[in-house]
Amino acid sequence: MHPVIQVSGVRKTYGSNVAVDEVSFEVNDGEIFGLIGPNGAGKTTTMECIEGLRTPDRGAISVLGLDPFRDVYKLQNRIGVQLQQAQLQKRIKVWEAIDLWALLYGKQATDGERLLEQLGLADKRNAWFMTLSGGQKQRLFIALALINDPEVVFLDELTTGLDPQARRAIWDLVRGIRERGKTVFLTTHLMEEAERLCDRVAIIEHGRIIDIDRPQSLVNRHCPDRSVVLASDDPHAAERFRAIPQAETVTCSGTQITIRGRGDDLVTEVIQCISENRIRVTDFRTILPNLEDVFLKLTGHSIRD
Amino acid sequence: MLRGLWKLTWIELKIFLREPLGAIGTIVIPVLVFILVGRAIGPKLGPTANAANTFIGVGLPVLASILIAISAVLSLVTIISIYREGGILKRLRATPLRPHTILTAHVIVKLLLTAATLSLMVLAGKRYYPVGIHVRFVGFTIALLISTCSILSIGFLIASIVPTARFAQPIGAIIMYPMIAVSGLFAPIASLPPLLHAAAVIVPLTYAVSLLAGIWRGDPWSAHLGDVAALALVFFVCTALSAKVFRWE
Ligand SMILES: Nc1ncnc2c1ncn2[C@@H]1O[C@H](COP(=O)(O)OP(=O)(O)OP(=O)(O)O)[C@@H](O)[C@H]1O
Ligand SMILES: [Mg+2]
Repeated sequence: MHPVIQVSGVRKTYGSNVAVDEVSFEVNDGEIFGLIGPNGAGKTTTMECIEGLRTPDRGAISVLGLDPFRDVYKLQNRIGVQLQQAQLQKRIKVWEAIDLWALLYGKQATDGERLLEQLGLADKRNAWFMTLSGGQKQRLFIALALINDPEVVFLDELTTGLDPQARRAIWDLVRGIRERGKTVFLTTHLMEEAERLCDRVAIIEHGRIIDIDRPQSLVNRHCPDRSVVLASDDPHAAERFRAIPQAETVTCSGTQITIRGRGDDLVTEVIQCISENRIRVTDFRTILPNLEDVFLKLTGHSIRD
Repeated sequence: MLRGLWKLTWIELKIFLREPLGAIGTIVIPVLVFILVGRAIGPKLGPTANAANTFIGVGLPVLASILIAISAVLSLVTIISIYREGGILKRLRATPLRPHTILTAHVIVKLLLTAATLSLMVLAGKRYYPVGIHVRFVGFTIALLISTCSILSIGFLIASIVPTARFAQPIGAIIMYPMIAVSGLFAPIASLPPLLHAAAVIVPLTYAVSLLAGIWRGDPWSAHLGDVAALALVFFVCTALSAKVFRWE
């Protein structure tokens, strides 16, 4: 796997405000790469520098071997872009936009029709842009980003404003892009989205990248804590669980027992302990940390704060 | 990217005509005003007045043409700033479309509308205008296209600089309309006080008026090469400047 996007030492300031600093990472061919971080962290700035829409003050960027600044038109032909904030002409019809975009990239507009179908916009093809709902506009922009079957797709906040059903449809669409060997670079606020969709994520805060890895590796590295919560009326249960090496704390409240510890083996150990000691258990669940917890740990606050 | 240009031009034209008052405001109203004003003041001049030298014979048609051109410019300025503010320009830029293709499409739309208005004005004028219109239509159209391009380039410069869409129209109007006063339409430039005279020499509209009035009257083109050169100069300077200062967002 060779990198399709290479970013090194990028810095971008707006006046005295440093939006992005010392940002370096690589995105590999055929992966879904996510940039996650709170509002104002510098996600859009980073993405738009890579797309050639903004010029960084410092640093080097290469996309598909092209310089986004010098070769901007060559690059635009090979990538697809969905901007976080964009509008079309108020009175342009959905099919006219699809038609125009298809022509600009030298594609068949019929592909556009299929995209509209996939994105649930087929019955809106004659509607003016201004009459679309927020989610419908968003879906149209995603269709426009995909119309040239791009080698790299950039999606900035791809599911903002979408209902759960549309969100799932778009996740499937994005996975489909990866299956066809294309690369996806996205930003999101939704940790669930990053976890389900991305092969690797970079966490960015205050314009700097804090860590980059597979979501699961990030969780394992930063939040190794695991908890098992179970219910048992066995009076000796808590005692037995305390004997498990990985169990750090065991707390009881009524019949509910919470076992906290570290490492992937904790859950197995607990199950083994239950079966060896024939402990009667009426409820059993595990609490595993997720990206949200990683985020909290790394930045000291939740992504929504 | 020529195909892209035609497609975009065609779409922009359709979009413009979908706007409430789009076609009526730009085409029908100017023609109506032209005819009505002509009929209202025409008869008072008396039948003996020499048509070629009166306001009604030359001034009003030229004024109407200039107003049409200016309204095209103001509309262009407004559209560009709305497109910029709404992120439409930015979205169009994130495609293989070249910046000048986007702007050219708008200019072509404006020129088409200007030409349509003018044709209608001449056609309606033949029938309803008090003084007979025996204009060299092709020549006058070319003169008007040259003038409009030149005035449009001033519009580009304004569009590149105005901060928000809300100010685009008023700022454009404040810059454009006063130019009419010193352009020689209402008073011969030679008779203006020194300060205004100097202003008239600088203001590009003066050359547009001189060219349009001349061609309307039937002067040969050779008499107006100076005007054409001045308008071309304005066009190149303004286009180059606006390319430098143009903001996409
Ligand atoms: N055009 C601009 N002019 C001035 N400052 C800007 C501009 N764009 C972004 N900024 C500033 O740069 C910083 C990073 O903004 P950016 O849009 O990249 O954040 P983001 O991570 O995309 O945020 P969000 O999650 O809200 O989309 C912010 O502090 C913002 O105020
Ligand atoms: Mg953003």
